[in-house]
Amino acid sequence: MSVSPPAALQTQNLVLGYQRTTIIDQLNASIPHGQVTAIIGPNGCGKSTLLAGLAKLHPAKQGQILLDGQDIARLSPREMAQALALLPQDGVAPDGMTVADLVRFGRHPHTGLLRQWSKEDQQAVVTAIATADLMAMADRPLTTLSGGQRQRAWIAMALAQSTPLLLLDEPTAALDLGHQIEVFELIRQLAAEGKTVVMVVHDLASACRYADHLIAMCAGSIIAAGAPNAVVTPELIHQLYGVHCRLIPDPISGTPIIVGVQKSQKSEGKNQKG
Amino acid sequence: MATTLLSRRMLIGVLAAFGLLAIVILLSLGVGSDNAIGLAQVFAVLQGAGDDQARLTVLDLRVPRTIIGVLVGVALGSAGALLQAAARNPLAEPGLLGVSAGSATAVVVSIALGASLNNLQVGVAIFGALIGCSVALGVARMSGLGDDPIRLVLAGAALSSMLAAVSSVILLTDQRTADEVRFWTIGAIAGRNLSSITSAIPVLLLGLAVALLLARPLAALALGEKVASGLGQRPKLVRTGVMISVALLVGSATAMAGPIGFVGLVVPIAARAMVGPDIRRALILAVLLGPSFVLLADVLSRIVARPTETPLGVISALIGAPILVLIVRSQRLPAL
Repeated sequence: MSVSPPAALQTQNLVLGYQRTTIIDQLNASIPHGQVTAIIGPNGCGKSTLLAGLAKLHPAKQGQILLDGQDIARLSPREMAQALALLPQDGVAPDGMTVADLVRFGRHPHTGLLRQWSKEDQQAVVTAIATADLMAMADRPLTTLSGGQRQRAWIAMALAQSTPLLLLDEPTAALDLGHQIEVFELIRQLAAEGKTVVMVVHDLASACRYADHLIAMCAGSIIAAGAPNAVVTPELIHQLYGVHCRLIPDPISGTPIIVGVQKSQKSEGKNQKG
Repeated sequence: MATTLLSRRMLIGVLAAFGLLAIVILLSLGVGSDNAIGLAQVFAVLQGAGDDQARLTVLDLRVPRTIIGVLVGVALGSAGALLQAAARNPLAEPGLLGVSAGSATAVVVSIALGASLNNLQVGVAIFGALIGCSVALGVARMSGLGDDPIRLVLAGAALSSMLAAVSSVILLTDQRTADEVRFWTIGAIAGRNLSSITSAIPVLLLGLAVALLLARPLAALALGEKVASGLGQRPKLVRTGVMISVALLVGSATAMAGPIGFVGLVVPIAARAMVGPDIRRALILAVLLGPSFVLLADVLSRIVARPTETPLGVISALIGAPILVLIVRSQRLPAL
């Protein structure tokens, strides 16, 4: 990371929200190309809203979002889905749906009435399943898979969209440690293959370990952004979560690990804001 | 790895559904409320022979009745499949949710205001269905309700009862309307000639075309609203389309045969049991199985209380209600 690479996604004075409430206020964020970006912050700070906004699920109330320099307001939902893949948290698979069934949905933005299923679509589905290392269970119902395998199947669906950009909302939520690592290693592999990944992550140590770039959010604004080693400080943790802690470097990766967390007495009011 | 929607299971399902339909059509042509005219005579008539009595029975009664049964079955089966997928609720059925009741009440009101069943405006039935459908899906989207299939049906039952009360008041106070629609309000495909349904057919076909167009986006919507949006679909547009399609389908079916319940419940469930939950497959099967269910119920309606006929809507309810109870009593409602 010697030279800062060009931005794949950029927001300019972005305001997002519902009717009268503002969730994201005047936000300027930049998502670097070909890297893994983790968005961290306390519950309710607007992380998921920002991610959905980047995929144009919420229209911008003010400001704009640039995708490779182009304003996404001009793109149709279908064009957006051809440019970036979003994996939200609300995904549910109907009973009996197999891995291959699910992954085929990833070709939706590329197929339609006038453009029928082609060899190219088939190839994209096979590649996505292989990348997620699920070839052996392609025809198995999702309900028979482990949590980590199921999550990789959902990621494979997003991969089948064949987009350079991947937005993942808490891809490891509700997974145990082993399954979390399965998913994070897949994400690293995708970045190594040239994808730009943006993920909302709750666990700070994982965010530091697996992301190249961190965006720390609090109450709808960015309070720090940059390489994990540079931005994660006890002060930042206190600002975000209202807790006191110390940081020690991970003996293997060198990224910060948070220890000795204590609830700070005077910052209770601050935490409620999140 | 299965690479397309055309799986072996789908192929077998479609063939089985076609086979069943062929058998049921033969039954519908060959079975009457007495044993006077059997299949041999039906074939004779269809080849241009047969005596006058047989010709009258087959050509003027059984053939139109069978055609109407097929059309009504297609409409209600596909409307049920669509509504269940859009509401993510295996109990969402035009009859149970008040869509049919809305349509029927609109018809009763229009007749009370001076219209006649013989020149029934299919638009009135569609309008009523649209109101019923928007109330039903609106309730389904109210917070908390959408997650609980049984509460949605309760809300639909409340709407249906309210509309039935409106109809009853009109029928009790207005003798002419009551005479005109007494048999119709229970649901029947008997005694209606083909000319009376010609205006309903284009509406039905339009509704079916919209339904087939919606199958793909609806399948994506089954993965969750945000997932579907991320795949480039427009959930609001899709739901509006479902409402319009269901209204066209149920409206045309109601105009042809009156309100017939439970077709839209039983048929999609059978379809999913045969080809799985994906709406793109289930919808095709529902289109093929709907006519079989309606015709089978109609054949039963001719023979359960010989020599008189039982209204089709009664038979349909006698078959459907126990199935509804079974579904609700089963340990877990299947997630759609």
